[in-house]
Amino acid sequence: MFPADLKYTKDHEWLRPAADGTALIGITQYAQEALGDVVFVDLPEVGESFGQGEEFGTVESVKTVSELNMPAAGDVLEVNDSLGDHPEVVNEDPYGKGWMVKVKLTGDLTGLLDPKAYEALVSAESH
Amino acid sequence: MSTTASELMKTPLNAAHRALGAKMVDFGGWDMPVQYPAGILAEHEAVRTRAGLFDVSHMGEIRVKGPGALALVEHLTPNAVSQLAIGQVHYTAFLYENGTFVDDLLVYREGAEEFLLVVNAGNSDKDFAWVQQHAPGYDCTVVNESPVTGQIALQGPLSLSILQPLTKTPLEPIGYYWFTHGEVAGVKCLISRTGYTGEDGFELYCAAADAEKVWNAVMAAGTPKGLLPAGLGCRNTLRLECKMALYGHEIDDSIHALEAGLGWIVKLDKGDFIGRDALLAAKAAPATRKLVGFKTLEKRDIARDHMPVVQDGRPVGFVTSAAPSPTCGINLGLAYVPTDQAKVGGRISIEIRGRAVDAEIIPTPFYKRQK
Repeated sequence: MFPADLKYTKDHEWLRPAADGTALIGITQYAQEALGDVVFVDLPEVGESFGQGEEFGTVESVKTVSELNMPAAGDVLEVNDSLGDHPEVVNEDPYGKGWMVKVKLTGDLTGLLDPKAYEALVSAESH
Repeated sequence: MSTTASELMKTPLNAAHRALGAKMVDFGGWDMPVQYPAGILAEHEAVRTRAGLFDVSHMGEIRVKGPGALALVEHLTPNAVSQLAIGQVHYTAFLYENGTFVDDLLVYREGAEEFLLVVNAGNSDKDFAWVQQHAPGYDCTVVNESPVTGQIALQGPLSLSILQPLTKTPLEPIGYYWFTHGEVAGVKCLISRTGYTGEDGFELYCAAADAEKVWNAVMAAGTPKGLLPAGLGCRNTLRLECKMALYGHEIDDSIHALEAGLGWIVKLDKGDFIGRDALLAAKAAPATRKLVGFKTLEKRDIARDHMPVVQDGRPVGFVTSAAPSPTCGINLGLAYVPTDQAKVGGRISIEIRGRAVDAEIIPTPFYKRQK
């Protein structure tokens, strides 16, 4: 539920930092469950730059829509184009094949939650 | 009424939903399943192609009985109650004097002098008070049976074949919008061939205490045939594809019955009823707005409930309900638009998160089952 190698936001995005200063970004298990069946993911263009907390896309489910906010400042290096034809992968594998963008980090990771803090947040929201 | 999580009302099937792993939400003060583990898309598809089972015990039931019952229900609703045969149901409404909606409902004619009115959960208390308020002078009793009534909706093309083995009552002869009384799984039920999904199906009313027995029997009979328990999430997408109105969306106390496209439930020549004068006047004047169906043109443009319809940057209407349609595979919705923009094939503009996007007016219902 809360992979140890990830950093989390209060808005239920995750970020997986790599040693080369890049990071993958997606939404959490809790977020995909709350959304229900995902039918469309609107992602940015490669090369766009975003500040921490800035909206970089939206994820649409059958019943609702949610903004995607950047866990940390970065330049978009890659987007997960396979979600165009298979948005359901976000539900099936939110921490793996359901990743959304790969960025080159341009800022630090302040304010992000470690797995334990995020688990406590989710637990509080569920009750 | 204000409720906190601990005060949410529960149907007699609450424990059954939790045992099935349902995701529960606060729906108008009721703790209801929005979906089960299969998810909205799978549940929607099950109802369209096989069957789905819904708990609708939160709906309200009001029984009106006595020599004055027919006259009272005629006074309270615009449809022609006297035309209902015993054993027949029709869709109708409670209207205010100005022709707008108190609620929409089903009227069941149980006898010459007995009617069962089935109303929306969230309006149940308001509706009961409305009927009581108008009942003096009519020789009849008005009883709120909601707390003691369970209601289960079995919907989908396999409904009849799933239900028939559980009852001695022959189901095939029950026509659409007719009902009878019988036993299902040994439980006394009102068996009604009605529903809110656009598919064939049955709505079963029974004592609240017996609801779980009926639910479990239908689940057991239907699961081998591909039946899924179905939540409020797919109930909404199913009814939207068929352009069935939902109170608080297509109809409310600011919209009158003719604008809502519900002229077919308004029998202006049946005699007096609450709202008739206003609707007569509305019929004589040119309509200013109309409820239309639309689809957005780009896959990424998904309209949602209550978004504005705009023209030259100004709001000229609003979306009542919208969603990606699981059956049709397009992003569709219903909206009130000015009459001059209501033509099928025409374009309207919907503001989605600050961006005006194009939508095309298309014919409704969006989905119609093959009979």
